[in-house]
Amino acid sequence: MNKARRNPFNTVAMHGALILYTLIALFPVFVILINSFKSRRAIFREPLALPNADSFSMIGYETVMKQGDFFLYFQNSMIVTVASLSFILLFGAMAAYALSEYQFKGNLIMGLYLALGIMIPIRIGTVAILEMMVATGLVNTLWALILVYTAQGLPLAVFILSEFMRQVSDDLKNAGRIDGLSEYTIFFRLVLPLVRPAMATVAVFNMIPIWNDLWFPLILAPAEETKTLTLGSQVFIGQFVTDWNAVLSALSMAILPVLILYVIFSRQLIRGITSGAVK
Amino acid sequence: MNRPRIRWHIVVFLAPAVLVYTAVMIFPLFNTLRLALFTEVDQTRVYVGLQNFRTLFFDPIWSEQFWNALGNNFWFFLVHMLVQNPIGIALAALLSHPSLRFAALYRSAIFIPTILSFVIVGFAWKLILSPIWGIAPSMLDAVGLKSLFAPWLGKEEYALTTLALISVWQFVGIPMMLIYAALLTIPEEILEAGEIDGITGASAFWKIKLPLILPSIGIISILTFVGNFNAFDLIYASQGALAGPDFSTDILGTFMYRTFFGFQLQLGDPHMGSAIAGAMFAIILVGVCIYLFGIQTRMRRYQM
Repeated sequence: MNKARRNPFNTVAMHGALILYTLIALFPVFVILINSFKSRRAIFREPLALPNADSFSMIGYETVMKQGDFFLYFQNSMIVTVASLSFILLFGAMAAYALSEYQFKGNLIMGLYLALGIMIPIRIGTVAILEMMVATGLVNTLWALILVYTAQGLPLAVFILSEFMRQVSDDLKNAGRIDGLSEYTIFFRLVLPLVRPAMATVAVFNMIPIWNDLWFPLILAPAEETKTLTLGSQVFIGQFVTDWNAVLSALSMAILPVLILYVIFSRQLIRGITSGAVK
Repeated sequence: MNRPRIRWHIVVFLAPAVLVYTAVMIFPLFNTLRLALFTEVDQTRVYVGLQNFRTLFFDPIWSEQFWNALGNNFWFFLVHMLVQNPIGIALAALLSHPSLRFAALYRSAIFIPTILSFVIVGFAWKLILSPIWGIAPSMLDAVGLKSLFAPWLGKEEYALTTLALISVWQFVGIPMMLIYAALLTIPEEILEAGEIDGITGASAFWKIKLPLILPSIGIISILTFVGNFNAFDLIYASQGALAGPDFSTDILGTFMYRTFFGFQLQLGDPHMGSAIAGAMFAIILVGVCIYLFGIQTRMRRYQM
């Protein structure tokens, strides 16, 4: 490293700017979390103080537990997210393998057809999706959401996974063929394990938008027993808008699972983005 | 030569993805565009051609709302382009500095708002900016700017810009990450060659790095465009379906939701809703085409 790029004044200025922006990014989350543990009076008297023995209160969480069905919402969100991700990964990997491994007529067209959905948001088709879900009786079931999110996630998944599958060595696959393995066995036993890092990237990319989506739960599955956590907290907060303890606690309860998942997966996510998966 | 036999495994590999994608995404997309050409008279569907679009663009009752939503949407997009992307690029430039310590820590922290749902973000900011709670006014007071405070989300002239800035706050992590990734791919030799010619620090950024990351800036621009023109959640979560005050924060997403799903006293109209979806589709398509044919192909890519 040469000297021109290492100037103590610059270093301080850079850290200053980054710390300032980090504070801006974290401040709202911090305020919500600390105030959710305070009594109503303390929330208003000293909103920026940490909860202490005097102001500590769990009253908000008690209201949320009593009034809202957050465990059910959480469970619904989990089911929808995990099921959609599994379908996106399985179907996406299969299609990506077909497109990257075999030469057949229409290969390019099929690839372009599947790539259309990367740029065009699925929400544009909402009116017809709702009509179809009503006609098939899937409205107000978790299946409606799972199908929509699977369709939404597939284009990018196929695109990213086929890039990675092209890098899997042909020798390996041909060795498998000589040993008499079927194409299916080659795919599931030899190829899939090799593209696991790419699958993790696709999963992490899709997880956040699915978990946080408000539009489709609101339109396709607004019934009490199918509400996702995002929709559930939206409705709950709307009803309890004057009960600040409950609102702050509900917000914190919605933040925490995502934050925990982020801490677990952030390295994977950042590596996925920075490895140029979305060029 | 014999007709080649059908290789069934290809069909099996492709079928699930193609079926789900076609049935749940492509077919409804075109069906929505088709529905926009119909209307409902006495509970039967009647073909009316482009009548719905004529109503949407020219009938005063509809067109006023439509142009309002469209104009707001462009302003929403403009704020993102002028605030979010420059801040994202600046943060990425700082983070990619080779001697910076704690870069991973800053990166992860600044990305946190991006993973939160719109509901959390909308309400959290609503509470913080609320004049009742008083966090924002008392913080402004601390730096002697209390007179600047206004209930931003409740005033027609500020609400949309405030929401756009909240959305910027939430999503600045995405351009930051993509540009950061692009900056990391610039080879050290190029920067060293520049140093020998006396180009360092800020001028190295403007003269060497920025031209090299232009393709990535193009990508974040089109991602911002598509994302903003089908935005809905943040406005709905913080201002409700009516996009108050007095529709000043109404964008195409909330307008379409109200129209096709109905709200309060207005009944839902799937055909007008489809017409709005058709307009959104056209706008997004034009944007994507401008990017693909006008920008991407003309952009100079440098061999690195």
